Amino acid sequence: MHQEANNKMAQDMRSVDAICVNESQLQHKWHHQLKYLVTGILFGIIFVKAEIISWFRIQEMFRFQSFHMFGIIGSAVVVGMISVWLIKKFNIKTIYGEKIIIQPKPFNKGQIIGGFIFGLGWALTGACPGPLFAQIGTGATVVIITFLSAIAGTWVYGLLRDKLPH
Amino acid sequence: MLEFIKQPWPWYVAGPLIGLTVPTLLILGNKTFGISSSLRHICAACMPANIPFFKYDWKKEIWNLFFVLGIFFGGIIAGNFLGNPDPIEVNPKLAVELSGYGINNYNHLIPQEIVNWKSLFTLKGLLIMVVGGFFVGFGTRYAGGCTSGHSIMGLSNLQWTSLIATIFFMIGGIIMANWILPLILSL
Repeated sequence: MHQEANNKMAQDMRSVDAICVNESQLQHKWHHQLKYLVTGILFGIIFVKAEIISWFRIQEMFRFQSFHMFGIIGSAVVVGMISVWLIKKFNIKTIYGEKIIIQPKPFNKGQIIGGFIFGLGWALTGACPGPLFAQIGTGATVVIITFLSAIAGTWVYGLLRDKLPH
Repeated sequence: MLEFIKQPWPWYVAGPLIGLTVPTLLILGNKTFGISSSLRHICAACMPANIPFFKYDWKKEIWNLFFVLGIFFGGIIAGNFLGNPDPIEVNPKLAVELSGYGINNYNHLIPQEIVNWKSLFTLKGLLIMVVGGFFVGFGTRYAGGCTSGHSIMGLSNLQWTSLIATIFFMIGGIIMANWILPLILSL
């Protein structure tokens, strides 16, 4: 019983301020994770090939000098919306037969303050978190420093979380 | 075919493919698309330091770390074997502006003149790489997601809070790129 309460608490903390939390009841061997590795590889290739990880493309976007990034994000959202709608409409299950659940995102002030701070960082580094991984992969080794700094930023947020307005 | 792949991919190819990541992850295992959470899992795995925000079973989110490791490998593959041999083409207005700050090399996806190991020890490089990285990590977690988690996954699921987050990502970026970054690049 006590164990169960602990598990519940750990789940609650995991889902706090995180968009990707889903509790699956299934236990998998580690190699089941490889399908996410493959998805990530394909995703990383798209990142590089469409120049999404380019500092220059991000500068163009924030100066409204090119449609490229707006076209990418816009069309990705449209395809994502249609997909989620289809999944809900036809009650599509996972490949393991589980019901697909997407957690709602409740409002807090972090979406405004944190969002603004991330925007500043995005234009400085020319990268959101995903492109950092791909940039390092393409051989820009110094981006490891930017990546470590981003981990430090996340850690400091965790440390100060109770003191920040939410 | 390989010649075609080596060209930069247009937005109407890349955007829909990225959008398909949303249903792919959901159908593969009920995972909601999001990348910045990986930074939190790394904190939870490596240095939880008794902070409540990092005290959870990160191993349950290990799929996310496999996913970002994949992005890193994807960068290696595309960067080494599928790379575009030509310099990046940017809006001429941007090229003129950046030229004023001594940025003229468009052979890489990132500007070699400012993003390099030597420049890390200058005020300009420190602000762009270290402070910028810190803002990315702190801001995304405070906002509860990044471009993938909010702007793509959240908007796909019609979350109005993700729209607010996306609007503030853009406001922060526009202010930085147009009014603050020019001062930093002039240093």
